[in-house]
Amino acid sequence: MSAISADSAGGFTPVAARPAPVVTRGAVGWLRRNLFGSVGSTLATLTIVAALFYYVPGFIDWAVVNAVAQPDVAACRALDGAGACWGVIAEKYRLILFGRFPFDEQWRPLAATGLMLAMLVASCTRPLWSRWLLIAWMVVFAAFFVLMHGGVLGLSDVETDRWGGLPLTLLLSTIGIAAAFPLAVLVALGRRSHLPALRTICIVYVELIRGVPLISVLFMASFMFPLFMPQGVSINVLVRVLVGITLFAAAYLAEVVRGGLQAIPSGQHEAAASLGLSYWQTQRKIVLPQALRLVVPSIMNSFISTFKDTSLVTIVSLYELTGSVTLALAGDSNWRPFFTEAYLFIAAIYWVFCFAMSRYSQWVEQHLNVGHRRA
Amino acid sequence: MADTLAPKPALQRRRWSWRSQAFRGVVYQVVAISVIALVAWFLTSNTLTNLRVRGIQSGFDFLIQPAGFGIGETVIEFDSSNPYWKAFLVGLTNTIRVAIIGILIATVMGTLIGIGRLSRNFLLRGVCTAYVELFRNIPVLLQLLMWYLLLNELLPPVIDALNPAPGIYLSKGGLAFPVPVWAPGFGLIVAGALAGAALAWLYRRWALSQFVLTGRARPVWWPALAIFVVGIVGGWVAAGTPTALDMPEKTQFNVAGGGAVTPEFLALTMGLAIYTAAFIAEIVRSGIQAVPWGQIEAASSLGLTRNRQLKLVLLPQALRVIIPPLTNQYLNLTKNSSLAVAIGYPDLVSISNTTLNQTGRAVECITIIMAVYLTMSLSTAALMNWYNARVAIKER
Repeated sequence: MSAISADSAGGFTPVAARPAPVVTRGAVGWLRRNLFGSVGSTLATLTIVAALFYYVPGFIDWAVVNAVAQPDVAACRALDGAGACWGVIAEKYRLILFGRFPFDEQWRPLAATGLMLAMLVASCTRPLWSRWLLIAWMVVFAAFFVLMHGGVLGLSDVETDRWGGLPLTLLLSTIGIAAAFPLAVLVALGRRSHLPALRTICIVYVELIRGVPLISVLFMASFMFPLFMPQGVSINVLVRVLVGITLFAAAYLAEVVRGGLQAIPSGQHEAAASLGLSYWQTQRKIVLPQALRLVVPSIMNSFISTFKDTSLVTIVSLYELTGSVTLALAGDSNWRPFFTEAYLFIAAIYWVFCFAMSRYSQWVEQHLNVGHRRA
Repeated sequence: MADTLAPKPALQRRRWSWRSQAFRGVVYQVVAISVIALVAWFLTSNTLTNLRVRGIQSGFDFLIQPAGFGIGETVIEFDSSNPYWKAFLVGLTNTIRVAIIGILIATVMGTLIGIGRLSRNFLLRGVCTAYVELFRNIPVLLQLLMWYLLLNELLPPVIDALNPAPGIYLSKGGLAFPVPVWAPGFGLIVAGALAGAALAWLYRRWALSQFVLTGRARPVWWPALAIFVVGIVGGWVAAGTPTALDMPEKTQFNVAGGGAVTPEFLALTMGLAIYTAAFIAEIVRSGIQAVPWGQIEAASSLGLTRNRQLKLVLLPQALRVIIPPLTNQYLNLTKNSSLAVAIGYPDLVSISNTTLNQTGRAVECITIIMAVYLTMSLSTAALMNWYNARVAIKER
């Protein structure tokens, strides 16, 4: 190099070496970047670490160390809040999971739930996506009803008012979603239709439902629906609530689908028309496949909301998961003090389902986009 | 058929043909309207018959009868001899109170957590992500029930009320806190605040016009805030510096005086705010991420300071993405406040529910609930459309 500093005497004095650059690699570099990057960052790190040290040991003591796992009331009472009484779940899990279903017959809701879950997993598996899935779903729903309701194949009759817990939650959400989806697509198409009367009907429906809380729709299903029916005709409360949930979910889903429809350029419609496709052919073969693909994450969000919303039916006295906890504990003075643990248990169930759905939606989003990405 | 061979007056004939799109459109619409009218007629006539047969009275005349039930927590005066319409009004004010306080807390929490999810600090990011994933994946009803239960279980009874700060008592009876005693001079403070706000606005206009004229940017935010605060303090001094506070006092059996909220209110507000904050955090995060990084780079290459980058480049673009879903969340929170019925907070829906059980007027009570919520939602939606039209990117 030419930049050599030399003094007038011709002697050679090297420039002092620069300090080594701050380490940006390895564990130290990672710590510096991610935990102590600035004053604020350092403060945040220290605060969070302090908070974790303060709260986590106490929580672990409560949840694990001092906890009682056996269904032993005396031991649980003796804890006096120092530990969790998971025994309440060991004692009551069947009542919580299956509600008031006859105790000796509870293999039936268990089998029905297992069948439904297996079908849900199968529907999420890409190699299995085909027309057969639809038929399989119908078979599974039929099997679900046979198992739950009985009355055939030597199974005893169990009326729907004794259904409860997880199978009821799954039933309400899957049927709600399955029925809401086609309705939502129709309403979304109707809302973008050129026919003013159809458009108005769809707009009124969507805005009316989206403007009111679900609980008022459920009240309507439970209190007003019986008045709507002709004399002597009474519809099962489960069906009424299902209709309410479906109508509610469809309104929100319709807006999601409409968002997708709006994103399709009008050139697609024009190209389809120039090929001589009819309105329904255009929608079915050209527009909807593209539109629905665009809004997969929002559709999944809608599904998650519907799943969570099924917990509201407990307010109109259907004992799905949330309601069955009250059912299991409120009448039992021995176990009533341990509501917190039971609530945590079903919160964990809800959480696993919702979290799995949201993760799955991210996976689908990535996979459906594969065809569109150019290397 | 032989007729088809004859030349036909095409336009005339096709207007009434199934092959005409316009004609089919008319038919579809007529069919749709008739089906809906039929269904409506069917349901209405059934309902009327049922009401007559079961001897249920209908109509809104019950609204002027005395309600006959007390309400634990009211913003306006209410006792059981007051008519039903007043009970509904109390319920509505209670709903609005929960909604406003819940929205304020949720917005602050949600914004902070949303920004935290973008932090460079690994721990902070992790905590914020965990918060979002935990709270938005559990049904809000379950969360409300849990908060209510925890408040009832963890808090001490009224006699041993916690006293974390002077004048603040927290117990199973609720939260009691000091409130300023209403003095006649308070009007002056409000007037001072209004005058301060007006002056601050005028200053901002002046500063902006100076910027346009001379190109010299003046600080806007801090002086405007200072003017506003001076206005309030001025009003307070002019009112004779009233400092009297109504402090809650702990007696042998209860905590009296001051302002107070019930555990139901605490659980509902806290639960709704915590749940909604998780959604708001996601909205804020995605709104900020929606602004391309090049915008910030361009802004720094223009020499804007970090604050001005945020204020002039990042926020205006992010807010355009954030505001519409944010309003949706506000509406969701308001609608979710109807779950108060599950924990016994007297909001509009619980009061309608009580009224429904007392009077049996299901149709009327549910109509009232729906009408109130619809009015709120539709007016918010109208406001949002106006706002969106205002901030939309102007295109040709």
